[in-house]
Amino acid sequence: MQLASMPFNEIRLDRMSRSFGALNALRDISLSIRKGEFIALLGPSGCGKSTALNCIAGLLSTTGGGIYIDDKRIDQFKPEDRGFGMVFQNYALFPHMSVRKNIGFGLKMRSRPKAEIDTKVDEALALVRLQGQAEKLPGQLSGGQQQRVAIARAIVIEPPLVLMDEPLSNLDAKLRLEMRAEIRRIHNQMKATTIYVTHDQDEALSLADRIVVLRDGAIRQVGTPHELYERPAHLDVAEFMGFRNRFTGKVVSREGERATVSAGSFSVSGTVAEDLQPGASAVLAVRPDDVTLSGEAPGGVSVTVEAIEYRGREYVGIARTPDGVEIIFHADDAAAPGSTVSLSIDPARALVFSA
Amino acid sequence: MTSSTLQEGTSLRQKLALRGIDGVTLLVLPSVLFVLAIFIYPFIYGLLLSFAPIREGGMFANYITFFSDPYLYNTIAATLRLAVPVTLLSVAAAVPVAMRVRLVRRQRLLTTLLVLPITLGTVLVAQGMLNYLGPQGWFSRSLMLLHIISSPLKLTNNYWGVFLSLIITVFPFTFLLTLSYVTGIDPGLEKAAATHGASAWQRFRHVMLPLLVPGLAIAFCLTFVQAFAVFPSAVLLGAPSGPTRVISIAAAQAAFEQYDFTMASAIAMIMGVVQLCIVLIVLVVRNLFYRGATSGGKG
Repeated sequence: MQLASMPFNEIRLDRMSRSFGALNALRDISLSIRKGEFIALLGPSGCGKSTALNCIAGLLSTTGGGIYIDDKRIDQFKPEDRGFGMVFQNYALFPHMSVRKNIGFGLKMRSRPKAEIDTKVDEALALVRLQGQAEKLPGQLSGGQQQRVAIARAIVIEPPLVLMDEPLSNLDAKLRLEMRAEIRRIHNQMKATTIYVTHDQDEALSLADRIVVLRDGAIRQVGTPHELYERPAHLDVAEFMGFRNRFTGKVVSREGERATVSAGSFSVSGTVAEDLQPGASAVLAVRPDDVTLSGEAPGGVSVTVEAIEYRGREYVGIARTPDGVEIIFHADDAAAPGSTVSLSIDPARALVFSA
Repeated sequence: MTSSTLQEGTSLRQKLALRGIDGVTLLVLPSVLFVLAIFIYPFIYGLLLSFAPIREGGMFANYITFFSDPYLYNTIAATLRLAVPVTLLSVAAAVPVAMRVRLVRRQRLLTTLLVLPITLGTVLVAQGMLNYLGPQGWFSRSLMLLHIISSPLKLTNNYWGVFLSLIITVFPFTFLLTLSYVTGIDPGLEKAAATHGASAWQRFRHVMLPLLVPGLAIAFCLTFVQAFAVFPSAVLLGAPSGPTRVISIAAAQAAFEQYDFTMASAIAMIMGVVQLCIVLIVLVVRNLFYRGATSGGKG
């Protein structure tokens, strides 16, 4: 079963907007999605990512802009006429229908012949590995199985676009990892085009070909997981990508890509992410992994260790500078709480943003 | 109190608690007494009374009389001819109205408007309808003024008068019940159906309706029981000696015109049995359908 035969090249959002009264839930979302791509819409709750998905699905009408499949404008279409598949956060399986009937629902609504429905449902059941459960009601299945049914129901109609609205958020941690791999496998096997909404950056990083970071209803950054992880363009994208240490101060010097930020009693060097000249207020952000104990080497930040946790391969510590800035760091050896140590920050992996 | 009785006391309390009986259980006593005094006792009293006829012919004489006199047994059919269509129409009309009202923002205002007829009472509704729909009422006169009809429409003192007044008094009740069932269905299911290609009618037919059937069966039963007991409007708006001679009229005549309370009790019992039969049929049919959660998953 493949979607490769669907004749389209790209799905395009052109300044798609949605407002609720005075509130702009979505502002000028423009994005081209190539056939076969896995796109993750990533953002904190309230950023508009679910609104965007519902607008694409047709469950919410847009208040501006357009949605196109190639050159065909579809944003005035009713949801049932768009032909997309959708997986809901709470699964939304039909409780009175067997697993088989649930999966076959979309085909039945399209009045396909019964033999075809049976074959396709069997294929979909095999794809989500639920062959033995076909005659059960959704209520008799576990959460993970229900989500598999929901995925099968969405893809069996071979939609040009599969929409997923936080499909893993109701599952426990272990199942979430399993289903994550399943979703990617199914996407690859089906050669589907998928838009996946999540607030979990791990999910987005591991699943997506491209990640769209939304904030306050607008796109902050679009890029591959690697680009977003290594070079977030904004401070709030960086926060999402695990840059937990932030030092606010002023740029004191700049040489090419390298800038030094003075933050009270200490200064640190980093790579500029935005164009900043000396004297500008800036925030230097760095991941805990890139802050290490420097021993007696010069140029380190002197801090007092407050707490240290053993994490198996390494230690994670929380320390504070003399003027009260908190720093989270990684270390190969335990440092005694209360002791004064020197931390070094890798300038290549620290990013400087405008404050 | 010695320690041993305390021991026994707690162990008895524990035993009762295991069966879900504790101090709070006592709170049901007033309602149990109420049900016994107002429902169970009169019911049994009436049942026994119906088997003690004042006329001759043994304990079944009242029932034999009822089923051998067409003037009496025809009341069952007359009542069913009113109650069944009224119930079906109320339920059938309540579903689309409820489907729409659940999306309305000022639901409470609309609900209040629809509920008003319940508070008015049957007699007031009947009075109003006589004035409005009667031969000299505004309705016929307006139609005649507009030359749509040439002689007054006969909408009172016949079957249709009772039919209309029953609809007016029974519909709000059916509607409120239906609305609670309709709003109880997870709106996500309709969204899921829509994204998977179901048109509005298909969504209703394949998703909403099957999930509504159990609720509609209950709404049908409760509405039917109300409609079957029609009395004031059958007298005021109907033809109480003709087509709307319903079973409660027969019972009232037996009790208050012939002063034969045993016969009246027998008619009341027959009335109960007929209602019970219809309710049982509906519940059996309901069991053929899915009954369970009306949401599409956990969370």
